[in-house]
Parts: sequence; C-alpha cells; structure tokens
Amino acid sequence: MADVVIEQGGVARTARPRKARSLRNMLGRKSTVAFFLTLPLILLIGLLVLYPAFYSLYLATLNKAMTKFVGLGNFTFLFKRETFWMVVKQSCIFAITAVIFKALIGFIVAHFVHNIPGKKQRKWRGMLLVPWVIPPAMSTLAWLWLFDPSYSAFNYTLSFFGVGPIPWLGETFWARFSVILVNVWYGAPFFLIMYLAALKSVPDQLYEAASIDGANWWQKMWYVTLPMMRNIIAITTLFSLIVTFANFDIVRILTSGGPLDTTHLFATWAFQVGIQSSDIPLGACVSLFMVPILAVAAIFILRDVNKRGNEA
Amino acid sequence: MSRKTLTRRQFVAATAMSSTALIAAPYVRGAYAAGKLSIGFWDHWVPGANDASTALVKEWADKEKVEVSIDYITSNNKKIELTAAAEAQAKSGHDILQMPSWWPHAYSENLEPLNDVMEPLIKQNGEVNGTVKYLGQLDGKWLAVPATPGSQIKGPCSRIDLMKKHAGIDVQEMYPAGSPPKDDNWTLETFLKAAEACQKAGVPFGIGLGETTDSVDTAGAIFQSFGAELVNAKGDVTVKTDAVRQALEFYKKLIAVLPADAPSWDDASNNKWLISGRGAMIMNPPSAWAVAKRDAPQVAEQCWTHGFPSGPKGRFAPFLPYFWGVWSFGKNKEAAKSLLVHLSSPAAIEKFVVASGGYDLPAYANMTKFKTWAEEGPPKGTLFHYPDPYHRQTLSIAASPAPPKIAQQIYFQATLTKMALRFAQGEKMDTALAWAEGECEGFMRT
Repeated sequence: MADVVIEQGGVARTARPRKARSLRNMLGRKSTVAFFLTLPLILLIGLLVLYPAFYSLYLATLNKAMTKFVGLGNFTFLFKRETFWMVVKQSCIFAITAVIFKALIGFIVAHFVHNIPGKKQRKWRGMLLVPWVIPPAMSTLAWLWLFDPSYSAFNYTLSFFGVGPIPWLGETFWARFSVILVNVWYGAPFFLIMYLAALKSVPDQLYEAASIDGANWWQKMWYVTLPMMRNIIAITTLFSLIVTFANFDIVRILTSGGPLDTTHLFATWAFQVGIQSSDIPLGACVSLFMVPILAVAAIFILRDVNKRGNEA
Repeated sequence: MSRKTLTRRQFVAATAMSSTALIAAPYVRGAYAAGKLSIGFWDHWVPGANDASTALVKEWADKEKVEVSIDYITSNNKKIELTAAAEAQAKSGHDILQMPSWWPHAYSENLEPLNDVMEPLIKQNGEVNGTVKYLGQLDGKWLAVPATPGSQIKGPCSRIDLMKKHAGIDVQEMYPAGSPPKDDNWTLETFLKAAEACQKAGVPFGIGLGETTDSVDTAGAIFQSFGAELVNAKGDVTVKTDAVRQALEFYKKLIAVLPADAPSWDDASNNKWLISGRGAMIMNPPSAWAVAKRDAPQVAEQCWTHGFPSGPKGRFAPFLPYFWGVWSFGKNKEAAKSLLVHLSSPAAIEKFVVASGGYDLPAYANMTKFKTWAEEGPPKGTLFHYPDPYHRQTLSIAASPAPPKIAQQIYFQATLTKMALRFAQGEKMDTALAWAEGECEGFMRT
C-alpha cells in the first residue's frame, strides 16, 4: 500500500512540471499567440457576422407572423413570385454591368496614373480616390439632385444643346443606367488603386525583355501585364461583385426600386418586403438568396486563383 | 467604545427578510409614483415642433415625479419602422414608441391594450375617424392612441393664380376661409379637366407615381372615390371589378398629363415641384407650403390647401395618422398610459397644432377648428380647410378596407400606382389586373 502511495505521489510530482511545461510551450507557440491576438476579431465577427447570419437563416424558416416553423416554405413561395425573378435578373444585370465598367475604367485610369511621373502621381491618386472616400449615402444624394426632375443640372445643361429633358429616374432604361452610373462612379477608384498596386509590382525587366523580343504595346499588355495582374483582377472582381450585389443605398436613395420595381436589387426589395411590409421572414429569404449566387461566383473565381497559385 | 458586529446568521436572516419583503410587498407603481419612462417620438419636420412635445412631457413628469428620457427618431429612411422592428424582436426598448399608420397592427401581439385610455379620451375629445379605428383597433381592442404630431391629410395644395388662369377655377371661392366649402362641382371630372389645362399651359399637376407614400396615398383616395378595392374587408381579392376598371381608366387619362418622370418621384419630389413654381397643384400636407414660405415666398402666398375632388362613390381624402403605442414588455406601463392621457388632452393637442404651424392633425372630431388653421398665412386662411372642418370628406387610407396586415403590403408595395402605371404605359387592362391579382394573392400569407 505504502509503495503505491509513494508511487502515486511521485507520478503526481512529475506530472505537474510536465503539464506546466506543456502549457508554457503551447502559450509560447507562434500559432497560439496569433490565435489570442486574433481572438477579439474572431469574437467580433462571431457577434456581428455569424450570429446575424444564423439568425437570418432561422428567421427565413418562420411564417409571416413568426409563430410557426415552415421550413423552406418561404423559398418555395418566393420562387412563384414574378417580382422575385425580376429582382434576381436585375441584381445580375446591375452587378455584372457595374463590375465590368468599374474594372474597365479602373484598368484604363490605373495605366494613365501609372505613367504620370512621381510627385504629380500622388496628387492624381488622391483626387481619383475621392468618390470612394465619400460615404455613398451622401454622394448619392448629390447625384439625386443632379437627376432631379425640378432642378436637374444634367437636363439644364443638356437643354443648351437642344437635348432632353431626359427622365433620368422615371423610365426603366434611364433609371437602370443612372443607378449603374452612380455605382461605377463610386466603385471605380477601388479597382484603380488595386490595379495601380498590381502594375507597380510588375518587374520592368519583363517589359524590357518583351521590347527586345520586338513586342508591340498590345503584346506587352496581353503577354506581360495581364498575366501578372490576373490574381489581383480575380480577387478585386470577386470583392466588388459581392459588394455590388449587396448594394442598398444607391438604389434606395435614387429610385426606391422604381419605376415599376425595375431597379430593385436583393437588398432594397428585402427591405421593402421585410421592414416596410412587416414580413421579416420573407425579407430574410430574399436577402439570403444572394448567398448561393455569390458562393458560386466565389468558388469559380477563387478556384482559378488557387490554380494559378499552384502553377506559380 | 463598543462595536456591534453582525454575525453570519444575522446577515442571512436580514437578507432573507428584506428579499421576502421586496418580493411579497404589493408592487405599487401607479402613475403617481416615481419611476422611469423612456419615449421614442417621431422627429418632427417643422423646426421647433419637438419643443412642444418636450415641454408637455416635462410638465407631466414634474407633476408625477417620473424620470423621463425622450429620443426623437427621424422617419427618414424608415428609421422609426426599423426601431419598431428591432424593439419588437428584442422585446426591449422604449416604453412608448410613436409609430406610423400601419404599425399598431403589424405589432399587435407586442402592444399593450389601451381601451382604458382611449374610451375616456373619446368621451372627452369626440369620436375618432374611421381610419383611426381601422388602423388602431383590433377586435374591439385599442392597440395604440392616435398621436397628433405627424398625423396629416394629404389633400390638394393648389396654386391660386395658376388654377384661376389656366383651369378657370377659383380655389378660394370654392373653399372660402371661415365658411363651408362650395365644392359640389369639385369632382374628379373637373379635376381631370383642370389637370389637362394646366399641363397644356406648362404647369402640370405634381402627382407622383412612385412607390413612396405620397404617390400611394393619392392613388388610394382616387381608387376609393370609384369604390375600387383590390381586397375587400373580408380578405377576398376583388381586383377584377368594374370599379377597379373605372379607376384605372381615369388614372390612365391623369397619367397622360402628369410630369414624364412622375414614376420615379419620392415624397420630396412633389414638394420641390410646387416650390420651384413648375406646377399648379400637388397632394400634400402643408409642409410644402411651409418650406415655400421660407424659400419661395412668392409661391407660398399663392398656395391654398383644400378638399379632395369627389368621385362616383364619394369624396375621400388620404389621412395618415401616427400612433403612440405602449409595448407590452415595457417596464412602466401605467406611467406610459398616464402620459398618453396627458398628451391627448385638448390643451396639449392645441399646443401641438400651434407648434407645428397647423401641420399636425388631431384624430378627434371636435378638434378641427383651432385658431391656427384660420389664421396661418400668407395668404390668410390658406390652411382653414386643411383639417376638413366641415367633415365633407371621408378620411381614408389607401388599400383599406382590406384587413390591415394585407393592406399594409398593398400599400408599401405600391400595388395601386404600379397597376395604374402598367396600364397607362400600354399594358392591356386584363394583364394589369391579372398582375395585381397575383400580387394580392401573394399578400395573403399569414
């Protein structure tokens, strides 16, 4: 018996320092430190992103009065609504058109800015970032005044050339044009700055080598610049696609979804259905419908980025 | 010096006794006991109008020894609706929340019944109009108390000079200040002819066809003037009726003479239209006129607010009441009820009307003839007919008499204006009706 006791004590005595040592080791590990440093952010994301996301999933499974579980009933109801499919179509038109133009304008302007010599380039960079820096709700209000039926600066200017007045927000075509225009104006600087950073990271030797090989401007662009920027283009497109799909403020302020719902996006229609019409579960369903669309886009774009990463 | 120590046993006994006393004692917190009360009021458009609310609440709080905090919440971008949704979800928030027209029904399960407040108030202030009953009552239970601040009629605000010159209508003669209206000939037919004449003269009527409330309210009153209901009081879809067809035909003619971009108008567009001097009439409470008084006095002195034109089924005017609701999860419901009684006294109501320059409308029948409406100007008497002092109109809300939870969706999805616009833009009558029918069927969700 005594032996056992002594043995047990010995075990206990040797286990304690080992435990302490392993705890110290664990705490000393870089990954543990990194985990603790990121913990506040993880908690914040959990609280502000994950909880609302799961809560909206839960809401989407309730009936209108929020008293009964209806499973996927709200989704099947939505799929039968004409307006819902119109909103899906419009969100795609809005996001894809806006992202293409933002990317194109960002790409072109990034090249111009890249070719401006040192000091002046900083000024231009600063000025071109202004649309992106102003809160969109504020800048969109300024656009609203430019499009305004009574005081439209655009129509006033056009009247000198005998054009107009154009119902900027009153006709489907012009209303869609206007909301996309404002989104492009607001979002193009993001592409510009990302592309500019990518352009600066392309080694000059590649262009020199291409010149020696007799490559013209277009060939340098196609065989050097674009391949070197591919990953940045993909990531920027994905980010922008997500943000543009989820856009709310521009449409809400300019058209409130009109005329005849032809400018509604997921977020604006979800707000109208969920908050204004007091059908929160259906509103949650509408906003959740963005997730599969964006997930598919993310999978395709990120898969391509990974592939290239592996090739490299 | 002796020092008395508290033994562990004594401490436990004292704690238990005081806890029992606290729990078992009757919880007396009548309106006459101190306590805390938190209020969410609508942030008024009219500068200085919030001060009247603050003063009235302070007056009550001082008397009742209640500690009060007030938040003024803007209705811009639906901040009030968002607040109501969040508080109803969280089951926590203000004790009293001022809410727009449809919200008492939307949150009926979360609101404290207020029959004990409303019944004496009706005896004191007179009967409330049908729209207030429709929006504020459920199965005989008062869900909220009609609030004077923010409640409004969106009737015509006409330009005296332009209507006389282009349409041959003297609105001041038709609605004389201080006497009953001579409005027998003020029908939808006359209204349409005037709209056509003003459009020809380059000063079209500024009526929106968008998805915000001003556009929907006008459509609602016109549809009701024809007896057109998309869903009836029983909840049956009644889109394909002759009355709806007649209303659509009328609207098509009207849309032809409205500004080209009216489909995109929001609630500010008609105000700007009037103030810029480009239109002969808008449908709005006197806020547009009040801004014109400051920014375009030459326009303001030509404005006259008056009654709606009548249709085959009567004269309907859009009325949008605000309500004060008391959350059932509120912590000081008795104090909240006492404050609502105070805010609904005739003296308090008159103070609200004076502070808002006549914008705010009481919901009670006996309170439509305050001095403010007779004296406000220029021109003097411009608001005399705003509160409908001779009860010539049925005060109504678009999409009624459908059950409020269905009507709210017809209202906020702007089904009336969209259907009218579809038809006016060339869609066949039957297609437009079928579309509206489909929409209404979708609103039947429970």
